[in-house]
Amino acid sequence: MAAIAEQPVERLESSWEEPGGLVTWLATVDHKRIGVRYLVTAFAFFVVAGVEALVLRVQLAVPRNGLVGPALYDQLFTLHGVTMIFLFATPMLAGFGNFFVPLMIGARDMAFPRLNAFSYWIFLASGLFIYAGLPFSAAPNDGWFNYVPLASAEYTPGLNIDFYGFGLLFLAVSTTAGAVNFIVTILKLRAPGMSINRMPLFVWAVLTTSFALVFALPSLSTANLLLELERKHGFHFFDAGAGGDALLWQHLFWIFGHPDVYIIFLPAVGIVSTIVPVFSRRPIVGYTAVALSTVLTGILGFGVWVHHMFAVGLPQISMGFFAAASLLIAIPSGVQVFAWIATLLRGRPVLQTPLLFVLGFVVVFVVGGLTGVMFASVPFDQQITDSYFVVAHFHYVLFGGAVFPIFAALHFWLPKITGRLLSERLGKASFWLMFAGFNLAFFPMHVSGLLGMPRRVYTYPAGLGWDAANLLSTVGAFALALGILLVVVNVAWSRKRGPWAGADPWGGDSLEWAIPSPPRPYNFPVVPLVRSAHPNWDRADREEDARRAGQAELVLAEGHQTLATTVLDGEADDVLHMPEESLWPFVLALTLSVLFAGLLLDLPLVATAGGVMALGALAGWHLPRAEDEDEDEAW
Amino acid sequence: MVSSPVLSVPRSASTAWWGMLLLVATEAALFAVLIASYFYLRFHADGGWPPEGIGDPKLVRASLMTSVLLASSVPMALAEAGIARGDRRRLRAGLAASFGLGALFLGLQALEYREQLRELRPQTDAYGSLVYTITGAHAAHVALGLALLAWLQLRAWLGAYGPRRHVAVQVIALYWHFVTLASTVVFATVYLSPRV
Ligand code: HEM
Repeated sequence: MAAIAEQPVERLESSWEEPGGLVTWLATVDHKRIGVRYLVTAFAFFVVAGVEALVLRVQLAVPRNGLVGPALYDQLFTLHGVTMIFLFATPMLAGFGNFFVPLMIGARDMAFPRLNAFSYWIFLASGLFIYAGLPFSAAPNDGWFNYVPLASAEYTPGLNIDFYGFGLLFLAVSTTAGAVNFIVTILKLRAPGMSINRMPLFVWAVLTTSFALVFALPSLSTANLLLELERKHGFHFFDAGAGGDALLWQHLFWIFGHPDVYIIFLPAVGIVSTIVPVFSRRPIVGYTAVALSTVLTGILGFGVWVHHMFAVGLPQISMGFFAAASLLIAIPSGVQVFAWIATLLRGRPVLQTPLLFVLGFVVVFVVGGLTGVMFASVPFDQQITDSYFVVAHFHYVLFGGAVFPIFAALHFWLPKITGRLLSERLGKASFWLMFAGFNLAFFPMHVSGLLGMPRRVYTYPAGLGWDAANLLSTVGAFALALGILLVVVNVAWSRKRGPWAGADPWGGDSLEWAIPSPPRPYNFPVVPLVRSAHPNWDRADREEDARRAGQAELVLAEGHQTLATTVLDGEADDVLHMPEESLWPFVLALTLSVLFAGLLLDLPLVATAGGVMALGALAGWHLPRAEDEDEDEAW
Repeated sequence: MVSSPVLSVPRSASTAWWGMLLLVATEAALFAVLIASYFYLRFHADGGWPPEGIGDPKLVRASLMTSVLLASSVPMALAEAGIARGDRRRLRAGLAASFGLGALFLGLQALEYREQLRELRPQTDAYGSLVYTITGAHAAHVALGLALLAWLQLRAWLGAYGPRRHVAVQVIALYWHFVTLASTVVFATVYLSPRV
């Protein structure tokens, strides 16, 4: 260490700074750049799916409207659902995770930086893949859960469903790689002293979510694999005529799909648990209870999938079991809500935009939770299944549970990402517009649903009592869209004119606030030492960091280095040499795109070529790097 | 205090090992879902299992295949233990033996398919689809494993691994053991369960 004592921080600058240019742009492995890409791409998908929703709402605004016909309507609501769930909610949270998890745990990158770049490219490629059929009227059109037999080749010929099946298989590669990366990063790369019971609650949430993905996603992938074998190659899994069973699809889908609701919801909850204490100016009440509730929700989420299927006729006893699990899961959510309320009551809450969005979340989510508890009653569920009541319910849960927290996070963390503050006035205005617009758009759907309006209809006759509710809904949707537009305006203004944020505009307690905004490529000039769950509120420790940086203690300036620690106690264990920019992740993603295009279009030669090139790219990826030759970690 | 952790030998498993463990976990979940689908369709089937006109799966070759693949874990473990002590020859020999047994497994699998296809095709019915999907998924994992073993062998010849630098060996060994163990579950499901 003594050898590098002169100007270690300059050495950090020169070894971590990435050169400009197109090649670096494609080859970057910096978790912050990748995180921003995730955020921008996922937000773009949000806008696309939002425009689709507006078209749906215009079509439904008045009875017998003729804006879009049934064929296009089916594609639009399917794409809207698929995009919101798979291409917006999960990747958006992955974007925040990518940018902030390493910062919050005091690391210099994700555990596998190239795998991280690879996850992003696959996310982008599979998103484009899913949309590729739209110009040819061949986009997925059987709803986001794609039930067979409707989705079988017999009833939906053409490529529509194949874009869905292969697209989601393709996306699963990205999501799985991302989840594994998060888990290993969180288990192994925490700053020394950050034992598992000092981890920020957002990190707990990302950890739980990632584990849930590792075990839930294979069910969706299997479902899609079987579906494509059946559609493309004449296998039989779902058709009763040849010994199959259509319900198999439903089970496989919801074994994934229900945990997925929590996969979306838990990081959002982690965001709330991060923001509430900062704006209450006190540590969260019941840290341990909140962390355990997070984990418990993730586990219980696997026990409730059947509640999506109460209407299909299953044995009573198993329905009873799953109804009980559906009620049980309300308990850990309740614990978290009480912890937030107690924190707010015992602190001195400052009503700035991020906290407003959090409060909006709590209100909306409680309404969604109430209608959710109603579904746990089997007879009620059987009455209103597939009506607009359900559409209202899951938008309260998903919009409330994911979109409001995501916008809270945007207002909270953007200053760290760009270095500039957002306008409070615009922020508050956009919140109120979104909140009012949201309720106006979705509350009337409860009513039209109870009055019998089914979901997924492209139009309806006048005189059924649904007209007013539908018109209100459409007006609300536009108010909501205007609110979102205001946020975009705010971000654009802030990028150009926003006042400088400084390192710590909110007085945050976690480590991302200990470093400049935007952070330097190496994140931390010196490995921070952590002694509590609120490291940035421990002034003495942070001053100690600064002193050590000056004395080149634990600066780790030999190339891309970061510290590995032990899994539970977070004790310093090893110095890792992280890879630098590499084109292989991008190349591998391209070759896999060729593979999936070949599978989609029934071109076995193309698919094989893609597969072989992918193996070649993998080999190239793992060729030894020059700096490995004298290291322990050579591949 | 921790000013030169570089010098100490790490106490806990490497990031790569954790990464592979999680990959194996998600692959195990994939096989679990495939096998659950098998039993789901079996218990909802109206007729017999296997359906009328299709004989019970034959055990002799399949037991041999499973034993061969399981056995291939032993040289893999020896190879890993060898390189941990710096014995490069043992590493190469162990890798070669595992590769040979794995290739033998794939050869037997091909023979097995040739015979099975005479009375049962994946398109015949749900039973056939399940049998070929499950064994096919497993065989694909073996094939990928063989490619990884070949890679290790190549790098081993180039002298890439030593007592303190053989993470790749550890990680691929973990994958290989998973694939060999999975073959017992596949065997129990596809070959044994129809008889009970
Ligand atoms: C931006 C405001 C939004 C509006 C105006 C909106 C509107 C709608 C409408 C009208 C439908 C019903 C279509 C039908 O059944 O005929 C629908 C379905 C759906 N929405 Fe939204 N939505 C919005 C945001 C979201 C968000 C944020 C999510 C999830 C994170 C989401 C997820 C879904 C899903 C999963 C469906 C079901 C699609 C299907 O039936 O397959 N929506 N949305």
